Amino acid sequence: MNAASPSRAGWALVLPLVAFIAIAFLAPIATMLLQSVHDPEIADLMPRTREALARWDGISVPQNGAQAVTADLRAASAANQISRLAQRLNRERSGFRALIDVTARQLDRNPDTELAQIDPGWSDPDLWRLLARVTSPWTGQHLLNALDLTVTADGAIVRQEEARRLYVDLFLRTAWVAALVTLICALLGYPYAYAMAAAGPSLRALLLFLVLLPFWTSLLVRATAWIVLLQRRGVINEGLLAMGVIGETGRLDMIYNMTGTIIVMVHVLLPFFVLPLYSVMAGLPASYVRASASLGAHPLRTFARVYLPLTYPGVAAGGLLVFILSLGYYVTPALVGGRTGQLISNQIAFHMQRSLNWGLAAALGTLLLLAVLLLALTLPRLAERGGLRA
Amino acid sequence: MVIACPKVSSAALLGLLITYGPACAADALTIASFGGQYTASQKKSQYEPFTASTDVTIKSVDYNGGLAELTAQVRSGTVSWDVVDVELQDLDRGCADGLFEKIDPAQLPAGSDGVPAIADFVTGSLHDCGVGTVIWSNVLAFRDPAFPDAKPSRIEDFFDLERFPGRRGLPKRPHAILEWALMADGVSPSEVYRVLATPEGLDRAFAKLDTVKDHAVFWETGAQMIQLLADGEVALSAAYNGRVQSAISEDAKPLKIIWDRQIWNADYYAVVAGTGAKGRALDFIRFATGTVPLAEQTKYIAYGPVRRSSQPLIAPAIAATLPTAPSNFSNALAFDAAWWISHGDAINDRYAAWLVQ
Repeated sequence: MNAASPSRAGWALVLPLVAFIAIAFLAPIATMLLQSVHDPEIADLMPRTREALARWDGISVPQNGAQAVTADLRAASAANQISRLAQRLNRERSGFRALIDVTARQLDRNPDTELAQIDPGWSDPDLWRLLARVTSPWTGQHLLNALDLTVTADGAIVRQEEARRLYVDLFLRTAWVAALVTLICALLGYPYAYAMAAAGPSLRALLLFLVLLPFWTSLLVRATAWIVLLQRRGVINEGLLAMGVIGETGRLDMIYNMTGTIIVMVHVLLPFFVLPLYSVMAGLPASYVRASASLGAHPLRTFARVYLPLTYPGVAAGGLLVFILSLGYYVTPALVGGRTGQLISNQIAFHMQRSLNWGLAAALGTLLLLAVLLLALTLPRLAERGGLRA
Repeated sequence: MVIACPKVSSAALLGLLITYGPACAADALTIASFGGQYTASQKKSQYEPFTASTDVTIKSVDYNGGLAELTAQVRSGTVSWDVVDVELQDLDRGCADGLFEKIDPAQLPAGSDGVPAIADFVTGSLHDCGVGTVIWSNVLAFRDPAFPDAKPSRIEDFFDLERFPGRRGLPKRPHAILEWALMADGVSPSEVYRVLATPEGLDRAFAKLDTVKDHAVFWETGAQMIQLLADGEVALSAAYNGRVQSAISEDAKPLKIIWDRQIWNADYYAVVAGTGAKGRALDFIRFATGTVPLAEQTKYIAYGPVRRSSQPLIAPAIAATLPTAPSNFSNALAFDAAWWISHGDAINDRYAAWLVQ
């Protein structure tokens, strides 16, 4: 024990980081993945019902079911958990809360009452099939719901009714927005990064400063600044009005909709595109371009055949960074997206913070994570292949 | 005011960094409320006088209603709020879920006229888990210059884009909105909750909302709502009366309130279950819901006190702006918190989906 080997000392040095990643990153993600398919709340509150229904044929009203439910409800009542149970069951079927409340109250008064006498709802086999399904701690329900699917009483998987279909559209909308923001960032960022790489030292410092200044500014401040500029009585609309470009009724809707979301997202994410691209461009020897020119290539040809392919790694890195960050965007759409500019993360937040449906939030998060992982694994390879071919 | 911390060890400092908890729990209290003008009114009429008389500092936290943050705190055993300002539907549900400590109304001080608390608080404003503070109201509010000729005056006008063109402001939660949609569609106030409980009634309310959906801007907080109205982003909006009144009387914004079929609700103070400062929290609630602080609060926001003994202390000019003023209250509807507790889950989800679709 007198001298630790260098490698062991090295391990000791990175141990805090490993522990930090495990605690602050891996553990929460594992919890989320688990929560999207594992929801033991009802099973814990109704253990006897769970056991009784596990061996049920699923056809007639189960023989020992009523007895088990009665025992579970009385136990929950004694532990002050009826409201929690009723609330949780109500999420599975609207009206369940009232049924549980009435039944529990009746049982408190007279423990020997038959369930079917308290409420005819208890003689409905569909209700028992639902109970059999929801008392299992493992569920695919949340993942199905996250894809706008649901399970009918007889176990078939069907699409949600139209008023509840939402998430598939939102996932597609999110992917579309991310692609569009990436494209706009590329169109704006490429010339800018080129200008930075080509400029002299003092101009370069200024250009770099102009990229970094918004980068260092709080997200909220930037969103608020955009609101001031873009809103209906904002700087741009008032300016256009004063110049006579638009009339009082022709004010432009540039914020609290998809336009607002995209403008602000591009502004926030542009540095993530420019900086990696610039670092690639700055590393390119000027001699390649000069060689191409001296061999007689037109400047456009030089750009298309020599310069552009050499900067692909920067474009790919910046593009991937912007695209993946866009997929998870939350604050910006919440502040400036209005109704039509909301993305999938806003729904995840809604289920975390307001509807308390953490299972569904976890399922949506899981799908988003899978999509990002898939992209992160495939896109660099695609980009690499494209770069090699060029 | 400087707080003397008796022992600050490095471990305590680390704990402070991690939890953002109050450094000296011995004389601090964290109160969560709805922010903006509303919290400002509580600070001036209740927090500051309480601190002055007891030396307990109050840390104010903003939240946006709902039980999510509270549930997370209580279930994980890391309670960082001591007192919360809650609406009835959250109080009722949180009480049944064990999120709040029970409060015995016999502990509350009598009114300044000597009437015991139980008789002094208006019916419904004392709850097993909370003590009522103000009556506030869901109203419509509009920008006066947006309607140079005829002014909107009824709930129906919100859905009448032809006579009253302009963008509409709606909250991101359905409370009071679905009720109004049905009433504007011809359902009488006494029938609203019965009709809304049926699938057809709910569809009917959403169909009515569809007619203004493309002209609607949605807000999350009361402060946002006022900003949208003041900046002219919306012409006519669902609103909380007190915040509109403050914008009118303090910031001279050209806004008007429509009292037609206002839907009133109450706010309560509740003590979070498992807080380490239960005694101080109760002291605060006893103080803040006293006759004088409740009457004082009306100077800063136009919400009506729930104590009868506070009424005579309110200046007539202010009393006329409260939801409970007779001229404003003639066809008011009481928000049915119990109804929302049993039907709210499915409707909230549907409204959230409707909003994004």
